[in-house]
Amino acid sequence: MSADKGCCCGCDDKKTALYDIHAALGGKIVPFAGYLMPIQYPKGIVAEHRRVRSTVGVFDVSHMGEFEFRGPDAAAFLNWITINDVSKLAVGQAQYSAFCYPDGGMVDDLLVYRFPDHYLMVVNAANLPKDRDWVEKHLPTSGVQFTDRSDEFSLLAIQGPKAKDLLSKLTTVNLDSLDYYHLTEGQVAGRPGIVARTGYTGELGYEVMVKNAFAVQLWQAIFEAGKPFEVEPIGLGARDTLRLEMKYCLYGNDIDATTNPLEAGLGWITKLDKGDFMGKAAIQAVKAAGLTRKLVGFEVLGKGLPRHGTPILKEGKLVGVTTSGNYSPMLDRGIGLGYVPVELSSIGTELELDLRGRVLPLRLVKTPFYQPHVA
Amino acid sequence: MNIPSNLLYTKDHEWARLEGDIAIIGITDYAQGELGDVVFVELPQVGNQVTKGQAFGTIEAVKAVSDLFAPFSGEIVAINNELENAPETINTSPYENGWMIKIKVSDPSEKADLVSPDEYKNLVGEA
Repeated sequence: MSADKGCCCGCDDKKTALYDIHAALGGKIVPFAGYLMPIQYPKGIVAEHRRVRSTVGVFDVSHMGEFEFRGPDAAAFLNWITINDVSKLAVGQAQYSAFCYPDGGMVDDLLVYRFPDHYLMVVNAANLPKDRDWVEKHLPTSGVQFTDRSDEFSLLAIQGPKAKDLLSKLTTVNLDSLDYYHLTEGQVAGRPGIVARTGYTGELGYEVMVKNAFAVQLWQAIFEAGKPFEVEPIGLGARDTLRLEMKYCLYGNDIDATTNPLEAGLGWITKLDKGDFMGKAAIQAVKAAGLTRKLVGFEVLGKGLPRHGTPILKEGKLVGVTTSGNYSPMLDRGIGLGYVPVELSSIGTELELDLRGRVLPLRLVKTPFYQPHVA
Repeated sequence: MNIPSNLLYTKDHEWARLEGDIAIIGITDYAQGELGDVVFVELPQVGNQVTKGQAFGTIEAVKAVSDLFAPFSGEIVAINNELENAPETINTSPYENGWMIKIKVSDPSEKADLVSPDEYKNLVGEA
């Protein structure tokens, strides 16, 4: 046995406000994006995954970054530096978007939340310093006030078919009128917070943001209220398998500075019909020339799991590479995402994986791999 | 962590139980804990020859894939077919139902390279 433990001392890593709780619950702590985070708890990734798909699970995602934008030109600036159309965003709405480089490569994917008097952006923890530099480098000299509030907020994701039943016991927010990709401010567990109907699992779910000082109280209230639903804590491992079953992109795996949003299947957030924005000319050129490759979903026909970087072959010849791969607990087989040439990207196409010298067949399938039953 | 006193161990986190000239092989409780949920196991066929220190199979878990190394040289005389359909048995019963292969040991002196339960305990940092 020679498993890579992928662990180091982590002395310089930060802790979220809930670190002691994760450790007390027996969470396996690993350094991730500058934080010490639980990758799994004692029941393991597969059980945690099934808990979210069957009732409800809770994730500490406080490592994510939060940027605040205020001022008369905040909307115009955000519309220029992100690829989705911020002008379409109503107060109380959230939008999935991205930063692109001038060449169309991706800086990060992110969420923009619109409040009555400001915007809040949630960015990937692993990209936080890079994103902050990116924003500061392009910020106009006046008209926009930018504040990095990442160290002030804790973010908990409550995800699963029973998420609403659980959260409704704790909040003054009327969850019946909170639509998908909408948010509101309200009391949660007796403290002020932000409740957004967003998530990274495909399930009915919410992300709740509170000041760090209220995080432990909120966590405890969630687990008390969640007892009837057998609520469990969920680590980063199951967060990854859950998002993979939905074909949600993970920055650093499926998208990065070398991928453009169109080939990543993110054309739906790339608003080429709005005004000028960072990366627009390059993305337009890509669209005019036609895509050469596409991000596809596949299932493994046989016993083996693809990983990031697994070669994809056609009749023994290298044609692509896996960007994400793992075991799907719901399908009980290996699944993955990868870039393949457009002419090999139709559903049903059979290719091969080179798993450390062992060749296994794969088949391109419709995504998401799994369809949650969202009420 | 469970480290039975009647077994011998390798530094690669396999265990071996000797019954005459047959060695029964599996992975340790520590190893299954580090790997997490096991989803596939690739084992050799009965009749294959294995060489001490060389890979005899692979174990695929949600978090990582890992080679399995033979603690003894010899012939594979049995494999645990139950693992084909229930690989998670390695997580739930690493020392009993989760055994992997039986080797007919060709050189019993190889036993000298295995470590005792106490040494293994030190190796994995169990006080």
